[in-house]
Amino acid sequence: MSPITFTLNGKQQSVDVSPEMPLLWVLRDTLGLTGTKYGCGMALCGACTVHLEGEAIRSCVTPISDVAGKKVVTIEGLSPENNHALQKAWIAEEVPQCGYCQPGQIMNSAALLAKTPNPSDADIDAAMSGNICRCGTYQRIRSAIHRAAAGGAK
Amino acid sequence: MSTTSKVTRRNFMKVGALAGTGLVIAFYLPSSHELNTSADSAGGSFAPNAFLQIEPDGKITVWVTKSEMGQGIQTSLPMLVAEELEADWATIHIKQADANPKYGDQGTGGSESIRTMWTPLRKAGATARTMLIAAAAQTWGVDKSTCKAKSGAVIHAPSGRKLTYGELAIKASKLPVPTTVALKDPKDFTIIGKKTPRLDTREKVEGKAVFGLDVRVPGMLYATLAQCPVFGGKVVSFDATKAKAIKGVRDVVKVRDGIAVIAENTWLAMEGRRALDIKWDEGPNTGMSSPTISRMFAEQSKQPGLVARSVGDAAKALASAPNILESLYEFPYLAHATMEPMNCTADARADRCEIWAPTQFPSWGQEMAAHLLGLKPEKVTVHVTLLGGGFGRRANPDFMVQAAEISKAAGAPVMLVWTREDDMQHDFYRPTSSQLLRAGIDNKGFPVAWHHHILGPSIDAQMNPNFKGLDKGAVDVAASLPYAVPNIHVDFLNVSIPVPVGWWRSVWASQHAYANECFLDEIAFASRSDPYEFRMKLLANEPRYKGVLKLAATKAGWGKKLPEERGMGIAVVKSFGTYVAQVAEVTVEFKKVTVHRVVCAVDCGHYVNPDTIEAQMQSAIVMGLTAALKGEITIDRGRVMQGNFNDYPVLRMDEMPVIETYIVPSQEKPGGIGEPGLPPIAPAVSNAIFASIGKRIRRLPIRSTYPT
Repeated sequence: MSPITFTLNGKQQSVDVSPEMPLLWVLRDTLGLTGTKYGCGMALCGACTVHLEGEAIRSCVTPISDVAGKKVVTIEGLSPENNHALQKAWIAEEVPQCGYCQPGQIMNSAALLAKTPNPSDADIDAAMSGNICRCGTYQRIRSAIHRAAAGGAK
Repeated sequence: MSTTSKVTRRNFMKVGALAGTGLVIAFYLPSSHELNTSADSAGGSFAPNAFLQIEPDGKITVWVTKSEMGQGIQTSLPMLVAEELEADWATIHIKQADANPKYGDQGTGGSESIRTMWTPLRKAGATARTMLIAAAAQTWGVDKSTCKAKSGAVIHAPSGRKLTYGELAIKASKLPVPTTVALKDPKDFTIIGKKTPRLDTREKVEGKAVFGLDVRVPGMLYATLAQCPVFGGKVVSFDATKAKAIKGVRDVVKVRDGIAVIAENTWLAMEGRRALDIKWDEGPNTGMSSPTISRMFAEQSKQPGLVARSVGDAAKALASAPNILESLYEFPYLAHATMEPMNCTADARADRCEIWAPTQFPSWGQEMAAHLLGLKPEKVTVHVTLLGGGFGRRANPDFMVQAAEISKAAGAPVMLVWTREDDMQHDFYRPTSSQLLRAGIDNKGFPVAWHHHILGPSIDAQMNPNFKGLDKGAVDVAASLPYAVPNIHVDFLNVSIPVPVGWWRSVWASQHAYANECFLDEIAFASRSDPYEFRMKLLANEPRYKGVLKLAATKAGWGKKLPEERGMGIAVVKSFGTYVAQVAEVTVEFKKVTVHRVVCAVDCGHYVNPDTIEAQMQSAIVMGLTAALKGEITIDRGRVMQGNFNDYPVLRMDEMPVIETYIVPSQEKPGGIGEPGLPPIAPAVSNAIFASIGKRIRRLPIRSTYPT
């Protein structure tokens, strides 16, 4: 088994783990980046969402071998000062309740805005329906995405 | 931390100098036990329940003794203290309290935190404020009455002098504790009742918030636990050869609840578990299934239950009423499905144990873990992490005890991680029930008799084998039917079923409200009355019910012309001390139910953070919608048939209605807020479906009748 190398939040990262090990658990247990969450293990809830080459992916079903040589961004690396437009909008809208799903929600929203800078409600429905929030913060998530898209204004 | 001044239990307060660090107020939160105790029987000192600390640099720390599971308690409890303290909100910091009897009841549930802390925490803030004013007056040699506290400082208006709380802290800590303190007039509140940003938002959007699964302890290992899929089953034998052959799997051990695989990371623990070969004794419950449970209800339906409420003579009134209406409502088991699956980290040693747990009930886990390990509870430290959802599930300490046992076997700190499937198949489920309602209706269309017979498994009886009598939770909102009906009978029959049951957000109110409010709607229709007007008439002497009903109906535009296939339904429920009315606007097209809009009016008396009230109403409505439309745990061969979000679907963004929340201004005592938004939504939606297409839904979830 040879180490697997990839770019994590802008830095080269090498891990010596089984190639089958899901990225989620490499991030959380091997590298100690716990912002990415375990929710279902089957790509059903979106809590583990990270960016792979700018695309939102479910890290719980992504073997680490799939990211070799590629760029991964997690909630910890979304914005160097933690001031991404979405993070600011999440704070302005007071979105989180328990907060467990929110890193996944934010990462999924960031991928949406990167492609669709001014999403409609239908765009938000289509992009965000893979991310479950049991606290039911969907209405505020929607508002926060619109707010971020509008440059922070509401 | 030592306390120095001598005080009695009666004044609930204690002050101590923290080795030069300033003013520490420890205050008592009266538990029912204490309220029933007339004397300071322990003689000597007693441990206080919670702390407020002001340091010389002005930093104020409030210990939060309730668990944060999304309801905003880490913000709303400090708001109570800050209000009376006249503190600058920006100087408030919080610490989550470990389990300790000195804090009193740390259980978080029953929508009780604000209700029980409202007065003691305000008194704590007011006591500190009074002492800080006294310290300033003494410093300046002026009369206390010429000084006032504002924004974290005491000001002497005549001279314009000012001292900050930090500057006054040490001096204040040496003053005697006032026996009585004046609480602020609510009209002067500047923090309570004002939208206040939560203190935990930033860490949650940065991915830095520490939930149970995010605890990291030096040298820790990770474990999974294979539990028998059949309730009541146990391990006969197991072969761990293949599991142990996986590099990184450290050990496989048998514990009380199954076989634990201990590994270097979570994934290896899961892989090791997949490689286990376990022979189970499935026990006596393999014949149990959802149909057999339904049959039990049917067979026992004629047996009377324990009477929860009896007004007049319902049987006689039913016998003589000119019109009778009868409906049977059926409810499934529900799983909590918190986003963060059950987990706990424990470091069990020979003489002590340290636990990090996302728990609603730290002292229960502490007690149970101590019992298992043969330790005194004070030798078990429980740190409470953030909870990735609670909803009642995390009151039960099963996962904490398991983690302690596995850590002991491993001889190392261990994080036990349940998979989503474990979480769904080893829950303490919202009880299933069967509820028969009968009404006698007079010739004017009004109900003269109301008979409500509830069959289901009692949570109290299952938790405590010695439990006798009526499970009050199981009759809750059924027994408190508010409508003016002259003859009422409500009873509950405990049907013992070996599926674990527990407290699921709003507990039985989620079912009773459905039965009450759907049945009342049926009566209104039978009486050719408007469902809103009919309720208003039957609630003539209930101003708070009428207040929320009227507000919700008005804001929703009740009675307005709606597009074809669209209907409005209304429901009103008081639960956990709070009145909530909701109007749902629903379409049923091609047999598919869509909820477009929910208007919610809430009267919870004095409220603390209106933004949290709105958030909790949205949250409860979404969870209640999932339950109404989709939620169903089924049993087959003694086991739960659902395992993940594919077969236990929950509401998602594309099904989210627009929710509008309106708060009734009130000077009444505070009501709960975490749960009361849930019970009205299912009946409001169901009544809207009837308004839309004339179909009554008497079995939940609605998905079993119409897809969603």
